[in-house]
Amino acid sequence: MIERDQVLHVARLARLRLSEEEVETMVGELSGILEHVDRIGSLDLEGVEPTSHVVALENVLRADEPRPSLPRDVALASAPEPQDGAFRAPSPQAE
Amino acid sequence: MPELEAVIGLEIHVQLATKTKMFCGCELSFGDEPNVHTCPICLAHPGVLPVPNEQAIRYALQIGLALGCEIAPRSIFHRKNYFYPDSPKAYQISQYDIPICGAGRLGDVRIHRAHLEEDAAKMVHVGSSGRIHGSGASLVDFNRGGTPLVEIVTEPDLRGAPEAAEWARLLRETVRQLGVSDVNMEEGSLRVDANVSVRPAGSEELGTKTELKNMNSFRFLQRGVEAELARQRELVEAGGTVEQETLHFDPASGSLTSLRSKEEAHDYRYFPEPDLVSLAPTEEMLREARESLPELPAARIERYKAIGVPADVALTLATDPRTAGYFENVVEAAGGIEPRVLANWVTGELAAALRQAEVDGGAADSRVSPGAMAALVRMVGEKKISHGSAKIVLAAMVLEGGDPEPIVEREGLAQMSDSGELEAIVEQAMADNPDAVARVREGNDKAIGAIVGAVMRETKGRADGGEVNRLLRERL
Repeated sequence: MIERDQVLHVARLARLRLSEEEVETMVGELSGILEHVDRIGSLDLEGVEPTSHVVALENVLRADEPRPSLPRDVALASAPEPQDGAFRAPSPQAE
Repeated sequence: MPELEAVIGLEIHVQLATKTKMFCGCELSFGDEPNVHTCPICLAHPGVLPVPNEQAIRYALQIGLALGCEIAPRSIFHRKNYFYPDSPKAYQISQYDIPICGAGRLGDVRIHRAHLEEDAAKMVHVGSSGRIHGSGASLVDFNRGGTPLVEIVTEPDLRGAPEAAEWARLLRETVRQLGVSDVNMEEGSLRVDANVSVRPAGSEELGTKTELKNMNSFRFLQRGVEAELARQRELVEAGGTVEQETLHFDPASGSLTSLRSKEEAHDYRYFPEPDLVSLAPTEEMLREARESLPELPAARIERYKAIGVPADVALTLATDPRTAGYFENVVEAAGGIEPRVLANWVTGELAAALRQAEVDGGAADSRVSPGAMAALVRMVGEKKISHGSAKIVLAAMVLEGGDPEPIVEREGLAQMSDSGELEAIVEQAMADNPDAVARVREGNDKAIGAIVGAVMRETKGRADGGEVNRLLRERL
């Protein structure tokens, strides 16, 4: 079971502001997910590899060759407050 | 109270010297204008997919093999979630429970693991504009964001600040000689954090540790760890307890300040990166990595010590592979001369002569060929020239190259072989220094130096000191 406090904690880590109603919904949904995982955990999984990926691929790599980067004005185009060629962000200390 | 023992482990971030970033084709650079090396992948635009850089994997394997690590047959990437402006995705792609390199060892220190990850962007904090709260801002430059990193984590095997700094030097030298990183601490391509704790000597349990960051030189690493050990010892001896925290080293004041971070900052909620498939180094990748390994400093030191080279000279040579290669050529050219003697000439007199002549580059790039160097040392060994004369010849060889014999001839530096001539000079020196002669005869042995000095001046250093001593003793 997920407690209300845990939902608020995770929401804070993800910088999400949840309404009272959303908190209630999340408590239910996250608890449901955990129950599902518990059900898997109750199976006999001796000798079954954990599934981190569902595609049967490995070593998908690229050569170390430079590709053109974005022009800076394009890179900064969606920044709300560019300054001196940089992305301006609220200071993390200010939180 | 029993004595408190230091327990130190290090975490070293090595920026890999690839051409491009870890997961995209943006070029790596240092010192360029901000945000000129970015793309939708390293800026985390929606819908993009990272693809790992093959060369970074190769370099990570080389580091792992050089540190004797077990290479994981299959490793995966994880997302390390945190919310901060230096990470546009709000997570860093790193490795968690299955890193590419597992347990290993370098020198006396066990390696816990080494894993691949991406670097964060660079942030510059700009001051507030007058309001009291919250008006400060950060300017973010994503050029560095996504640079491939290998993070090496040691076991807590170090027992003092000087040992920690010395081991970190060995690690840097090892990585440098692999050619996989610039290992420049000031530019941040090698970054060392230290986990420091104390415990009663002999105890097996670990005390509460603090993490020291921002020590951008080995000297600062040593000073930072020393300061923290002193603080913890004082605290514990006074009956207090160490609190787990992250401390930031200030090089200007040499002091440590606590970065008061909320506990939840360490709640990274790792989970497997769904956008990246697993890494399973093939036999061929491993063989290539193994074959590309040069002889590393730790192995070289052992090999030189085994042929009689003193430990400190072996270390000097091991940190300078080109001079070490030169030394080995001299050994080969010199036939039977003891490597110990040759190593002292190469790292001592030859290095000094090169410095004196302000010649750039080391012995290997100098005009003194290994054969000529060996010939010079042989002449000294066979008493054809004195040690002092050999230094003069060496200074000439540094400037003009060539063999020592013609220079010895030209400068008239051949050791006096005519003992009749030398006897005459010895007797003259005794006659000129009656006081010294009297003092030696009274039992003041040191006074003989004045007479030897007079002989050396007269012969311009061409006399063999041992022979001069013998002739004097006969007469005193």
